[in-house]
Order: sequence, then C-alpha cells, then structure tokens
Amino acid sequence: MLTGVSFQLSPGQGLVLRGANGLGKTTLLRTIAGLQPALSGRIEGAGERAGYASHADGIKPALTVAETLRFWADLYRTDLPDDVFELFDLADLRDRPAGTLSAGQGRRLGLARLAVIGREVLLLDEPTVSLDAFSVKRFATFLREHHLARGGIAVIATHIDLGLDLPELELEPHRAAPEAQGGSDEAFL
Amino acid sequence: MKALLGRDLRLAVRAGGGFGLGLAFFLMVVVLVPFGVGPEAAILARIAPGMLWVAALLAALLSLDRIFALDHEDGSLPLLATAPLPMEMLALAKALAHWITTGLPLVIAAPVLGVLSDKFGRKAVLLPGLASSAVLSLLVVSTGDSILLAFVLAGLGLGTFALHQIMQAAVLDVVGRGTEATAVGLIFGINGLIGAASPFLVTLIINHAGGLSSIFYYSGILTAISAVVVVFIPLRPSREVKPNSG
Repeated sequence: MLTGVSFQLSPGQGLVLRGANGLGKTTLLRTIAGLQPALSGRIEGAGERAGYASHADGIKPALTVAETLRFWADLYRTDLPDDVFELFDLADLRDRPAGTLSAGQGRRLGLARLAVIGREVLLLDEPTVSLDAFSVKRFATFLREHHLARGGIAVIATHIDLGLDLPELELEPHRAAPEAQGGSDEAFL
Repeated sequence: MKALLGRDLRLAVRAGGGFGLGLAFFLMVVVLVPFGVGPEAAILARIAPGMLWVAALLAALLSLDRIFALDHEDGSLPLLATAPLPMEMLALAKALAHWITTGLPLVIAAPVLGVLSDKFGRKAVLLPGLASSAVLSLLVVSTGDSILLAFVLAGLGLGTFALHQIMQAAVLDVVGRGTEATAVGLIFGINGLIGAASPFLVTLIINHAGGLSSIFYYSGILTAISAVVVVFIPLRPSREVKPNSG
C-alpha cells in the first residue's frame, strides 16, 4: 500500500515510477486507470483518456497479429494506423497467429496496441519485460516521437533505463496499519 | 460491442475454447444414456426430456467459466475494462457470443425440427436437413475463417443434433410393433461402427487426398449419400398426417 503519492503531469510529459518489487507500482497504475478505487485521495484527468498496459499482453493465440490490432482499433473506435506494423517491427509477422510468436514478439504486439487505441494517458507496467535491447530502443522512440511529442502523457513503472530522460518518482515503502488493510473491492485481482 | 462479439465468435470457432467440448459432451450423453438404460423405447421416451435437460445443463457448466476465465488469465480483462465500452455491454457481448456458439444451434434445432417432422412426415424434414448439412460441410472448406464460418458451423450442429433424433423416430415409424428395441439397438450399433471407423478413414483421406479440408469433403459426401438413401427408402408418414402428404 502506498500513501502520500502526489504528482501532476501536463501534455507531453512523462514520469517513471521507481521502487522495489511489491511496493505498489502496479496498484498505483491500476488505480489511475480506474480498475480499482483509491482508498483515499483523488485522481483527475485520467479516466476515459487512460490506456493501460499490464505485464500480461492479453493476446489471443488464435488471432493473427493483424487481427489482434484490428480488434483493438474497432473496440476503441479508432483507425488502425498504417505505420504501426513498421513501428513495432511486426510487418513480417502480420499474418502469423499470435500464439506462435516468441515472448518478445508477443510483447511488441502488446505494446503496439498502445499505438492503436489512441489514448492520451498511457499507464505502462514494466513495458520492456522480455524485449531485446533493439526493441527497447524502438519502443522508447515510439514513446518519445509518437506519443510524448504529440502531447501525450506516460506514467511508466520500470526497472531499466529507457533513455528517455524522464523525471523519476522514487516510491517509498509504507507499513500499513493492520486495520487499514483488506476489505477493498478490487476488480479482477 | 460488435468488435468484441466478433472476436469472441472467431475465437470460439478457431480455438475451441471449450466450445466444442460442451457440444461433444452433450452428444456423448445422448448416445450413452440409451446404452445404460437399455433400449426400451417406452422408458427412453419417458426419461429423454429430463436427461436432455441435465445433459444440456452440464454441457453449459463445462464451458460457462470460460466466458471470462480465459480473458482473466491472459490479462485481456483489464484491457477490455479500460476500453470505451460500458462494462454491462462488455458482459452482454461476451455472454451473447457464448450463447451463439453453444446454445443457439440446439435451441433452434431440436424443437423446430421435431415439430416439423411430426407435422409433415419425417422425410420432408430429413431430406432437406441432410442435404443442407452436406452442402454446409463443403461450405466449411470455402468460407475460410470469416464470421460466416460460425453460422455454417451452427447450421452443421443443427443437422448433427436434431436430425439424429428424427432419424430415430423415422426408423421407429417404419419398424413393426415389438421390434422397436432391435431397431434402436441397430441404430446405435451402426453409429458406433461408423464412429469407430471414421477417424481411420479420415486419417487415410488426409494423408492421401491431402489437407484438413478433405475431412469436410468426407463428411459432406457421407451426408449426401444418406440424403440420397432417404429419397429412395419408403418412410411411412406419421400417423396424424393424411396418407397423400407423404
């Protein structure tokens, strides 16, 4: 459980969340995304503008790469950008069933979803897990040039350096009082 | 919502996702119960509705948790929940897709065809049913993996589940009094025989004729043959119907 966390981001700004495992980075991101309520405090401006990416990519093995992205575009009522396949190095994998992708390729497909759904506030939970160095660089480029440069906002929980030169927020461990724990109605945990 | 419905239908058709399992289970119960109870038509007729309901319930239970469990496991659920789609619509779309793939074929098939066969005579229902099943089998090959495939498969399910009962009724119409049990036994005997032989035949066909699609040619041809047979054998119309309508 986290307390006393406060930050404010303007369009074009990013923030990196740092902190040890189990500290509450994921909880914080999920709370901002509206997937679970905050025990106290306020979150403003995210809501319908937020796009959340957890460490699970939500990929269906039976759908092809192109179908997966087409589905997300349809669901979020956006147009599928033409350059998204090139952007995430998926052009050759377009018609491959997602179930046959490697872990890194699957991750790239999961991240490509972010370029499709057209959300301004991206909440990224360990986005670079299982990506190779080249793909990490590519993803950082996407964030800088296609998202932040266009007035997007990104909150990223990560343990590695993305090379984006973003401000960092070091989260401090907090020992919760026993009576403050439990009794939450978190969704999908 | 259309996007989610389309995705779930597509997934059900392609990966099974428990969808085939439920139907297979249902069919197995329908086939096995007469073996267990014994082939007396009177007893079977009495317990059939109850058995069908129980089997349908269990078949539904088999696949019910998969509506959301799969999306939960692979992390799709939070991603869907943050989409610009109200949660109610999300649940509705998923439930609808589930029902279309598991419930709809049975719901449409059984009562409609049953009533039709009592009304117009068995042949009038069996023949178009078998013929369209044959055509649908062949269509499976050419529809590729579009949404249309879901409907083609639903139509095939209609043939598989409902026509079977009517065929049995037709046989019971034809055979004399006192030999019904033998007739039902024969039907299941032949069923078992063909069921056992089919996998081997299919493997042979796949290996030599090439491609998975040949399975559907095989089942299409078998169904077409049975349709032709139905044309030529005299099936007595149901008792309620005037003789000239058969």
